[in-house]
Amino acid sequence: MISERPRISLLGTTALLFDAPGETTLETQCRIWALANEMGRLPGVQEAVPGMNNLMITFVEPPRRLHEIQDRLVELWTSVEPLPVQGRCFDLPVTYGGEGGPHMADVVTHTGMSVDEIVAIHSAPIYTVYALGSHPGYCYLGGMDLRIATPRRQIPVLRIPCGAVSIGGDQTGVSASEGPSGWNTIGSTDVVFFDVARTPPALFRPGDRVRFKVERVVR
Amino acid sequence: MIEVLSAGALATVQDLGRTGSLNLGVGWSGAMDPLALAAGNILLRNDENAAGIEIPVFPFRVRFARSTVFAVTGADCAPRLDDRPILPWWAQCAEAGQVLSLAVPKKANWQASRAYLCIAGGIDVPLVLGSRSTQLRGAFGGHQGRPLHEGDVVPIPGPGRQARSGFGLIPPGLVLPFEADGVPAVRVLPAAEYECFTPASHDALWSTPWKITPQSNRYGYRLAGSELKPVRPLELRSHGIVPGVIQVPHGGQPIIQMRDAQPSGGYPKIGTVVEADLWRLGQAPIGSHVRFVRCSWDQALDALAETRRWVANARRLVELHCSHGGSDD
Repeated sequence: MISERPRISLLGTTALLFDAPGETTLETQCRIWALANEMGRLPGVQEAVPGMNNLMITFVEPPRRLHEIQDRLVELWTSVEPLPVQGRCFDLPVTYGGEGGPHMADVVTHTGMSVDEIVAIHSAPIYTVYALGSHPGYCYLGGMDLRIATPRRQIPVLRIPCGAVSIGGDQTGVSASEGPSGWNTIGSTDVVFFDVARTPPALFRPGDRVRFKVERVVR
Repeated sequence: MIEVLSAGALATVQDLGRTGSLNLGVGWSGAMDPLALAAGNILLRNDENAAGIEIPVFPFRVRFARSTVFAVTGADCAPRLDDRPILPWWAQCAEAGQVLSLAVPKKANWQASRAYLCIAGGIDVPLVLGSRSTQLRGAFGGHQGRPLHEGDVVPIPGPGRQARSGFGLIPPGLVLPFEADGVPAVRVLPAAEYECFTPASHDALWSTPWKITPQSNRYGYRLAGSELKPVRPLELRSHGIVPGVIQVPHGGQPIIQMRDAQPSGGYPKIGTVVEADLWRLGQAPIGSHVRFVRCSWDQALDALAETRRWVANARRLVELHCSHGGSDD
């Protein structure tokens, strides 16, 4: 769902969601990062959390006058200077298909492409970490080729393993720990993405770049 | 120390939650019934955010290795200290070696499914990213980042100066009831994709009961009821979400995000259970029904103010009792 103007909606009394207009782009994401920095500094805001071309604002205390914070969001959106992409680059070795990629067949069915074509298209781009979310250390990657976009699953899977490389709609990402997911898992990697004993605990930050290196393809 | 003699699945150490790390992908965790945990802590004159043990499956038994003051809040699990029945929602004193047993919750006057064991001074596990709550998905926080098992020894602080025993509180389930047509209810604010659902889906959302299925846990409650259908299929960009968000996956059966929910998602959101009513939902037993009541922003804030008043009043009563040298049995 893409709209012409920014959309602001409620997440109960706990948070607000700001959704940027237009198609998902890196340029918009740079503006989202800048908006997050500004909003995070406002009194009453607990955290400003970037998503994919959107931003969640959680409240220390829900404001009585909601429109004030809504107006501020729209005003800042038009005035902020987008943050530049300043990240490191990581290579992630991936085994595609087989036991570690149980939903590869669903992506094949949906796209009408072969496993090899899907692997080639998925491993070609340099992806940008747009945001962290979902679970500790997980990152949302921007830049997937839309030819391999596959809708999220009808019913979420209760358990997918750590290191699962998956596609959800026109996005891709890698699970940082075992857990439930509604995405289609097409491969696996064994990189450690989150360790609470490390500072910072998450391997990636927004703005970092990621390449998937094809280690093996199980057809 | 307290020693866990028997624990069903998923008894965890929880405080009121871990805020401030959503940007690392770390959700809030914390007590499913924050009101019960806060009340237990208030009875013991702890910080409201002190850690306790959340118990969703029974029977549950612990042995106190030293004398301590404690309280069991949440569901009425017919608590016994050795062989003696004791009151829930009551500051109690245990001697070293005594065993606390909790049974399956009674169908009492208030509907509840989770009990909280609170200890004077709080469960003494390390703060991780600012909280003592168990992060099950990340396997950190709480007691070794996992649910409690039989044989676990959980650290508690030395003898406190402040806690007294011999008094209690009336559970908020009795004094703050909220129902629709006789079914326990929670208030809901429409969310971003509300308007994208069919009129029949809107009717079903507000006027039919929703069953909490056995596939419900600290991550989320999967509900069963009428099928909720968007006018056309929706694929959204991933975005932040919070406990209380009601997502509708393509199958049409809603899932309410709970305390261990992922902090982001992409399924369409038809509404969000307001913060003030999350404690009610946290106590709703599997197999029971819940109704959604539409509310306005101001009504939602008024409801939040009402629960805050209950907490503040509980704190005031306990302080008043203790400052008048209340009995110490």
